[in-house]
Amino acid sequence: MSLLPHKSRGERADQSFRGLTLIAAASVLLLMVGLLVELALNARQAMGRFGLRFLASDAWNPVTQEFGALSSVYGTVVSTLIAMLLAVPLALVIALFLVELAHPTVARIVGSAIELLAAVPSIIFGMWGLFVFAPFMATHVQPFLGEHLGFLPLFQGAPMGIGILTSGIILALMILPFMTAVMRDVFKMVPSVVKEAAHGMGSTTWEVTRKVTVRYGAIGLVGALFLGLGRAVGETMAVTFVIGNSHRINPSLFSAGNSIASTLANEFTEASEPLYLSSLVYLGLVLLLMTLAIQLGAQAWLRHIKKTLGGSA
Amino acid sequence: MKKRPTMGRKVVDAAVKAFSLLASLLGIFFLGWILLEVGRRGLGALSVDFFTQLPAPPGVAGGGLSSAIFGTLLITVVATLIGVPIGVLAGVYLAEFGKHNRMGASVRFAVNTLMGVPSILIGLFVYTILVLPLGHFSGWAGAVALAIIMLPVVARTTEDMLGLVPDSLRESGLAIGAPRWRVTLGVVFKAARSGLVTGVLLSVARVSGETAPLLFTALSSPYWPTSLSGPTSNLTVTIFNYAMSPYKDWQQAAWGASLLIMACVLALNILARVAFKEKKQ
Amino acid sequence: MMTATTSSLTLDLRGGLGNEGARALSVTGAKAATDGLSEMKIRARNLSFFYGDHQALYDNDLDVRTGKVTAVIGPSGCGKSTHLRVYNRIFQLYRDQRAQGEVLLDGVNVLSPSVDLIELRRRVGMIFQKPTPFPMSVFENLAYGIRIHYKPSRSELHDRVEASLKSAALWDEVMDKLHKPGTALSGGQQQRLCIARAIAVEPEVLLMDEPTSAIDPVATARIEELVVSLKDKYTIVIVTHNLQQAARISDYTAFFYQGRIVEMGLTQQVFTKPKNQQTEDYITGRFG
Repeated sequence: MSLLPHKSRGERADQSFRGLTLIAAASVLLLMVGLLVELALNARQAMGRFGLRFLASDAWNPVTQEFGALSSVYGTVVSTLIAMLLAVPLALVIALFLVELAHPTVARIVGSAIELLAAVPSIIFGMWGLFVFAPFMATHVQPFLGEHLGFLPLFQGAPMGIGILTSGIILALMILPFMTAVMRDVFKMVPSVVKEAAHGMGSTTWEVTRKVTVRYGAIGLVGALFLGLGRAVGETMAVTFVIGNSHRINPSLFSAGNSIASTLANEFTEASEPLYLSSLVYLGLVLLLMTLAIQLGAQAWLRHIKKTLGGSA
Repeated sequence: MKKRPTMGRKVVDAAVKAFSLLASLLGIFFLGWILLEVGRRGLGALSVDFFTQLPAPPGVAGGGLSSAIFGTLLITVVATLIGVPIGVLAGVYLAEFGKHNRMGASVRFAVNTLMGVPSILIGLFVYTILVLPLGHFSGWAGAVALAIIMLPVVARTTEDMLGLVPDSLRESGLAIGAPRWRVTLGVVFKAARSGLVTGVLLSVARVSGETAPLLFTALSSPYWPTSLSGPTSNLTVTIFNYAMSPYKDWQQAAWGASLLIMACVLALNILARVAFKEKKQ
Repeated sequence: MMTATTSSLTLDLRGGLGNEGARALSVTGAKAATDGLSEMKIRARNLSFFYGDHQALYDNDLDVRTGKVTAVIGPSGCGKSTHLRVYNRIFQLYRDQRAQGEVLLDGVNVLSPSVDLIELRRRVGMIFQKPTPFPMSVFENLAYGIRIHYKPSRSELHDRVEASLKSAALWDEVMDKLHKPGTALSGGQQQRLCIARAIAVEPEVLLMDEPTSAIDPVATARIEELVVSLKDKYTIVIVTHNLQQAARISDYTAFFYQGRIVEMGLTQQVFTKPKNQQTEDYITGRFG
């Protein structure tokens, strides 16, 4: 058989195979672009009507056809902020506990449990939040906070159970297992000889962690942080159950509010007017841009870390 | 130079250690609380009827969620059939052909970005491309939404798992004159099999508990799903609707459905882990 | 760089020690012998060590003299690193490792539970097989240790960093790279950075666990020079599998075999007139 003149059947099959995988790969690209374009197209009407004012307005009135994103963005940001403030330090110290302090058997069992919990669907957190945790907040936590921190506008108002604070806490619980698992893996990857070197200079465990381990795993930790942030910002069900679905912005964390995702979940199927629907898609577009910004921010930060710390991870 | 007394440093260290123990206990307490409540309240709702009967109106005794169970199964299977092959092929492209070219880099970027897009936005997207033009909600749209969520996850794990297969294996396959596609499917896939299975199982587990992307696509329905071309009954949206309803027996059923979903997702996860561990040993 | 004396020794060691080698060694040996009565910095007594159920060290007795370089040699797996890792109790990071017996640092048993681990490890620094720069800048690598143990003013901190880098013969090479990552240095520079980092906290003893095994020959020579220059201020214990290195830089040598100290004494003596057959077999290259 000659080697040159015609391409063999095998080689043609190879080209088709390559083409097939290319099509599949391109479809992912297409979906990503399509997602942006479709949302932008369907938000066109609302964008034309409200423009960027949409972001600054807290109006949300289907009757007068006035829509603004401010209350939803506010609720999204505040509940995410609460979640991150609670979950990040907790995840960090739990990961520290699992890697540095716990007996290996305990660490293994708790570690697997945490990995499994990270897989629990968000609607489960929503159910628990609405029927178990919100009443608990109303009868125990909120009255306590109101009594001791009530001088702050953040903790004033009737203890209703549901509201922005409760949804922030539920969000924290939801991202906690996931972030803990990632952070634990990051801590585990620090070579033991580097830890030994730090201990060998007379550092305490905490000093080793704070200065050396955390820096060594900085890239992984920042990754975990942003993954958690991305999840919290876009989380729908866990929030929708407990945030209270109100379009009013209230300084108190006890009050009902909404997030972009919960507004979409609650109102989308009810929206009959084209402008109402378009405004909701516009809201979705804002959320999409927020998550994209978070991802780009994460990558920029990672590049910065790589530059300043060297090839450490 | 003034010496820092070791006492203070030790106290801080001990305090952090105590705090980390407390935090771990607190975290475990909350998560245990969630699991226990779902288990306790869910078990009370489960019965033979729950699995075999159609939903009953509020106040009417009996009734179950057989239609929603079947619908969720149907939607998930269809989503898997769409999402997994495309995802695997895309992963093959990234690992075998797109390692260093521009297309590979852009697809990889799209995969990572798409993985971070909130699932409710995927639902919104599918609404605009399938529900709006066709004029009605459908199980197909729901399955497509879930497939889109699976796609980047499967592509990413496929790329990672194929990446672990040493190049020497590919080269020795090609060196005996086998065409690339046969080497990829016959040799590389075999070497990466357990990782691929794990990836697929985990992605199925992930979408089977999804609610948000079904809200505007499959919606839900109280009827037995005979086709996927209309609103299709499913467990997660039913949980949402029932939980938000004022009826005690519906809320009860929502707990049952929650327990069922949670048990399935956890079982899939455990299965995936076992599959992966067995191969490694 | 190697001196003529040590290179001739190297040659001689390869072919069994001849007269010339013995004479060459006596140059360093004579000095050591005169102050052979100098104080003991560390005395290990009846030291045994266990990894779980496996015993790795058996009743080690070892004396480390103040201001001298003590080399610990022996075939791999003989327990020399294990022995060293008891001195600063770094082994305690691992749950199933435990030591029995005594290690007296200036007469105080460091294995006693009441010993302040932090202070012990400040006084007894350690250098590892592979360079272990922390993931931070060159300056921060040194400042880390200084800041955890002291409350330095800005200028004190800078002075100490500079002085330590100078002592480690690294200052000239890194003075304009102080804010570059420590990992960006070459392997030999990284190891000297680790030595500088260790001496920045004013230790009394430096434990070196095969510090040149991951480093090229030229960089190794620089570190050997550094070790010799440091012994005026610090007591140094160095584990090495490189016999020539032990002969070149150490005053005293301990030979480990299967967890036991087979022989220890003046380096010159161990290398030229070993009392024990196993030692002789090892240093003449018959095994190991």
